[in-house]
Amino acid sequence: MRFGFTEEQDELRRSVRRILDGAGGVAAARRTMAAGDGHDTVLWRQLARELGLAGLVIPERHGGAGLGWVELVGVMEELGRTLACVPFLSTVGLATATILAAGTEEQQQAILPALARGEVTAALAWLEIGGDPDPAAVTTTARPAPGGHVLLAGKKRFVVDGHSADLLLVVARAPGTSGADGLAVYEVPAGADGVRRHRLPTMDATRALAEVVLADVRVPAASRLGDGGWPAIARALARGRVALAAEQVGGAQRCLDLGVDYAKVRHQFGRPIGSFQAIQHTLAELFVQVESARSAAYYAGWAAAHATADEADEAAAVAAAYCGDAYFHCAAETIQVHGGIGFTWEHDAHLYFKRARASRTLLGTPAFHREDVARRLGLGVADDGADDGAPSTGLGTGPATAPGVA
Amino acid sequence: MQLRFSAEDEAFRAEVRAWLERQLDGEFRDLRGRGGPGREHEAVDERRAWERALGAAGWIGLGWPAAAGGRGAPLLRQVIFHEEYARARAPGRQGHIGEYLLAPTIAALGTPAQQQRFLPPIARGEQLWCQGYSEPGAGSDLAGVATRAELVGHTWRVTGQKIWTSHAHLADWCFVLCRTSAGARRHEGLSYLLVPMRQDGITVRPIRQLTGTSEFCEVFFDGARTPADHVVGAVGDGWKVAMATLSFERGASTLGQQISFAAELDAIIHAARHNGADRDPQIRQRIADAWIGLRVMRWNALRVLGHGERGELPREALGGKLYWSTWHRRLGELAMEVLGGEAEIIAAAPYALTPLQETFLFSRADTIYAGSSEIQKNIIAARALGLPRGPT
Repeated sequence: MRFGFTEEQDELRRSVRRILDGAGGVAAARRTMAAGDGHDTVLWRQLARELGLAGLVIPERHGGAGLGWVELVGVMEELGRTLACVPFLSTVGLATATILAAGTEEQQQAILPALARGEVTAALAWLEIGGDPDPAAVTTTARPAPGGHVLLAGKKRFVVDGHSADLLLVVARAPGTSGADGLAVYEVPAGADGVRRHRLPTMDATRALAEVVLADVRVPAASRLGDGGWPAIARALARGRVALAAEQVGGAQRCLDLGVDYAKVRHQFGRPIGSFQAIQHTLAELFVQVESARSAAYYAGWAAAHATADEADEAAAVAAAYCGDAYFHCAAETIQVHGGIGFTWEHDAHLYFKRARASRTLLGTPAFHREDVARRLGLGVADDGADDGAPSTGLGTGPATAPGVA
Repeated sequence: MQLRFSAEDEAFRAEVRAWLERQLDGEFRDLRGRGGPGREHEAVDERRAWERALGAAGWIGLGWPAAAGGRGAPLLRQVIFHEEYARARAPGRQGHIGEYLLAPTIAALGTPAQQQRFLPPIARGEQLWCQGYSEPGAGSDLAGVATRAELVGHTWRVTGQKIWTSHAHLADWCFVLCRTSAGARRHEGLSYLLVPMRQDGITVRPIRQLTGTSEFCEVFFDGARTPADHVVGAVGDGWKVAMATLSFERGASTLGQQISFAAELDAIIHAARHNGADRDPQIRQRIADAWIGLRVMRWNALRVLGHGERGELPREALGGKLYWSTWHRRLGELAMEVLGGEAEIIAAAPYALTPLQETFLFSRADTIYAGSSEIQKNIIAARALGLPRGPT
């Protein structure tokens, strides 16, 4: 039993941190915000090409580093700490995960090497108006067209880095299907005819979201990634949620650190405010939440790499719900601990607060993930009166060892 | 990152499980689920025999060093034992205070003579202990203890009152934090005495709690006697010893308790599915939240375990008590919401509670005993976050 990281994994994390701090930390994010293009291309080149992060989870046979979600969790934590404006979540956490989960071996061989080299960025175009993460909310269609082609039509929103990605992975459904049926993901070059896209103005200016309009975009039928349908996409989203959860941990830790540091130096009533229990207890609660969020994200990363698919998906839902709430709470409370200075544009607290808010809805709200968990527990479905086989915590009874520990 | 138990650990688990099943299907077949919070009055004598059976099989003192008569099992094995113990619904322990609090203290800070005198009977399950810390005027502010002891010849004479003393009515011995030199500053002049309970100078009065049952007692010392050498650590150094004991309270037993929490949550899920409470999306959200909280609690525990056997528990372990006690209290509240109107109807007059009602009412104590939530936050603020001391 070992919950920690190996020396190599720690070294990777330290390298990421060195590069991020070398770029100025949060100051780099502020520069990118002011420039308005949504990307720190210099920083991305360093991370993606020099450090090889673009190919982090891509197998070696496809030109990547062949590492996994345990390493990715450490990287995301660091990116979240400084709000780095790089297309890592979009290209690696979401798009690469989608190609790995849905694409055939041939498709992976065709697409992944360029991603691994950091030459191509990619974005997952999944959500639509309202951002409902339910698969039933996908209305974009993929209609068969003559000559072995498909016409994609619809409007995608909240596409992370969708304004700049070279490659779009578009979730669309076969005509006449509903719910989770008939869904597939298509590989679309961003420059294809009929693709119109623009960056959406967002409250959180550190993460770029785009709207992508597909006006009968014509792609070869073979650009459909595999035939795994919604389950393959859902698996990729679970991976993406683990990545986001780890980013949330990094941000939440930074919020706690900011609050603790300030409470030690800010004096009122002749003493540091951190000596007052009102402040101490607030920060102590944040400490418990940050450490618990970290346990959740690390476990989910481990499960993504080593556990069964069901365990991994379940752990991803838990981490998504817990870390989403924890980050928002930590970011909100650090503003409160800072008082007036925390309400200013100049202080970094609002950047984390806005990132935390946006992250809560990016891949499904905590409430959405809790409902997912409830469904896994067999809640809200008709009770047929039979107790045997009813899902449960799996911890309290039964012959097997606890899931996740077995 | 390696989060699976090894084959050797699994073999140990199987050994524990087989032993428990054999006992609880055989000689002790009536003891499953007996005892524990709210049920301490149940099967008192039979559970005393169970303690001896645990001792004879070598399960007591699993984590103690071999030199102290234990098996020197690593934390992971101890947790496995606790998990299997809970899973088998083995009876509530009577000897846990001696085993998990006093014994490690004596093993670390006691004299060789004290170790030889006190550890073997605890390991055999023959001697039960209680903890004489809290007083009417000294709860969270433990340094305020007023019980005093005076050395008369070769005998300590103890006078004062302790309160909230679990198992005092069953215990053979008590470790008593008391004041041995008058006029000293608060944390000084305290000593940690080992006092036999069965003597004229001690009166035990059970306290009826809001649950209607009595786990806690008041203990009155009126010139109670104990030999001069029954002091752990130096005379006047009792604060340090008392704090060492408290540090053991965060040990292995709390890491395995998620198994019994899970059984409670299972009962709530079961109830919600049967009475249709799960049709309410808010109830579903809260049950899912409880389940998520329990999973995270488990992963927190694995993380502490996965820290390895490198001496002290890692920093993140400081949040454990606040986390589980808060979670458990909320679980009790959720149970009552799920049951709706039926939550109000107890098992039987005059005041027999259902298991979920016990969870609801007992969990109010979780955030008070063993360091209240407020004290936990103070500890986190000071030790984990390095915040400056507050005005005192």
